[in-house]
Amino acid sequence: MSDQPVDNGKRTWLIASGCAGVVGGVAAAVPFVASFEPSERARAAGAPVEVDIGALKPGEKLTIEWRGKPVWIVRRTPEQLAALPKVDPLLADPKSERKPDELTPPYARNEYRSIKPEVLVAVGICSHLGCSPSDKFQPGAQPSLPDDWAGGFLCPCHGSTFDMAGRVYKNKPAPDNLEVPPHMYLSATRLIIGEDKKA
Amino acid sequence: MADYIEAPANATAAQRLMVWIDNRFPATKLWNEHVGEYYAPKNFNFWYIFGSLSLVVLVMQIITGIFLTMHYKPDASLAFASVEYIMRDVPWGWLIRYMHSTGASAFFIVVYLHMFRGLLYGSYRKPRELVWIFGCGIFLCLMAEAFMGYLLPWGQMSYWGAQVIINLFAAVPFIGPDLALLIRGDYVVGDATLNRFFSFHVIAVPLVLLGLVVAHIIALHEVGSNNPDGVEIKAKKDALGRPLDGIPFHPYYTVHDIFGVSVFLIIFSAIIFFAPELGGYFLEYNNFIPADPLKTPAHIAPVWYFTPYYSMLRATTDLMVYVLSAVVAVAAVLALLKGRFSNVGKIVLLVGAVVLIALLNTFDAKFWGVVVMGGAVVILFFLPWLDHSPVKSIRYRPSWHKYVYGVFVFFFLVLGYLGAQPPSATGNYVSQVGTLLYFAFFLLMPWWSRMGEFKPVPERVTYAAH
Repeated sequence: MSDQPVDNGKRTWLIASGCAGVVGGVAAAVPFVASFEPSERARAAGAPVEVDIGALKPGEKLTIEWRGKPVWIVRRTPEQLAALPKVDPLLADPKSERKPDELTPPYARNEYRSIKPEVLVAVGICSHLGCSPSDKFQPGAQPSLPDDWAGGFLCPCHGSTFDMAGRVYKNKPAPDNLEVPPHMYLSATRLIIGEDKKA
Repeated sequence: MADYIEAPANATAAQRLMVWIDNRFPATKLWNEHVGEYYAPKNFNFWYIFGSLSLVVLVMQIITGIFLTMHYKPDASLAFASVEYIMRDVPWGWLIRYMHSTGASAFFIVVYLHMFRGLLYGSYRKPRELVWIFGCGIFLCLMAEAFMGYLLPWGQMSYWGAQVIINLFAAVPFIGPDLALLIRGDYVVGDATLNRFFSFHVIAVPLVLLGLVVAHIIALHEVGSNNPDGVEIKAKKDALGRPLDGIPFHPYYTVHDIFGVSVFLIIFSAIIFFAPELGGYFLEYNNFIPADPLKTPAHIAPVWYFTPYYSMLRATTDLMVYVLSAVVAVAAVLALLKGRFSNVGKIVLLVGAVVLIALLNTFDAKFWGVVVMGGAVVILFFLPWLDHSPVKSIRYRPSWHKYVYGVFVFFFLVLGYLGAQPPSATGNYVSQVGTLLYFAFFLLMPWWSRMGEFKPVPERVTYAAH
């Protein structure tokens, strides 16, 4: 609380240099915040993975790791495939229309969400909070599941359920279907995850 | 600036040394202001031990943490084994580790009780608002410390707990996914996440925490402690300006505190030596399995001190969002009918309510769950301005206020219990009721805290010498 008159010339320069200091401070913070982003090595680690599914029998699941996430390859039985259209009315997004570019590549936008009807390839991470759902392939009544359960997956964390094509049931915490990663067949039994023809 | 003092001619060597120091650093002044001549009300009861205890636990966490850092490896491929190495091969490593892990739970116990004491006696009321706000900041830092520290052992619960909590940030509209990526530093929780959480846990957050503790104590010693009667002891002073109902903190309360610390250490040691995991509540069993990114444990729950807030998160389903929309609508109508607003104010209020209801139904319930969970902690900061009761202490409030506090504490504990259980339909309905009551307690406080027959507050504290 000085009783001296305000020197407006000095005050202008004080404000100007204060603003310049703030700009400099913000600019200096940029590299530090940017260092939180995934490193070049982490970006490069997203390389595609090759897998041979020749030995996978109908009704069996194979889990492989791609970009640190579990990727499931399920060879579905004809009964499981036949059950898929029947649960359509119970699903939140049966036609895979939500976020198609992130969740379902064009070649999987069908009833089976797959290239070959019997082989499901999906990232086993629940779209709610990222837990990995467990297999509940056996149809029928069982704990935590409805009595007319048609077979699929149950997330242990918050109880979301998915059908045999990784499509989420209605009124569950998870908003979206399981992600189908980019993938393609190199031969009849050799599959590559993380790369497809359009790329 | 203090004047330069000359030591008296007959001073001893020790006195001369003290004068020499005091001329260069205010050692005696600091001691007197904060300990020797800090006048605390003489009617403190046992609730007043938890402040000193939290300082004791803080020091213990820092010391054990420093020693754990000497053996721990913040590397996704080595972390789990290095904790087991501390437990099995490092001499006395098991003790240091259990002191640290039990200390985390002890910290929350004493801090929750310390905060409840503040609630009972109105210790956040004018002029102690900043003491309370610094304290809430400390609580927030503690939560960050505990969450990031829990990732470090790299067990299954560490991994999947962090996965779930970081994915909460991904629920924020528009910027969420990028924000989650920025926190993880990778596309999944991995080595980068572990390494940065280690850095935050051992240096960044503790520095902020210590700064806030200093601010908390400086603010407290500036305004003086409250007491169970909620009477300002500074209002009645003797000829020398000392509060009549005050007593120097040292040696009266230092001795009291040493007794309290001894009792605390007996209980604390019993847990460390006989039940360091405390039945899966202090250290969860699944965390003795190394992190496996491909397999989620069958049941995921946070450690006990986060479970009330976790319950609120889980309670926010689509149904809850409809209920919240209805609550906003009712509140807006009541405000329009009962409130004294100008016409412009009424329009602003109406538009605000409509926008809020629209937003509630636009974004996923998942996002609102995050908002509810965060709001449950943030609302504490506003407590000094929510409480409009004419008296501070519960002792002079209408008797039925005790039941209001009772219901609040009961549902907080129920929320805590449910948050540790697997999700169930009944549990979810109870959590929803609990969540609504938790918020109602705070948001309706400006009304209910004024209601009822208040008892006369005495001029001086009630105190009987013993």
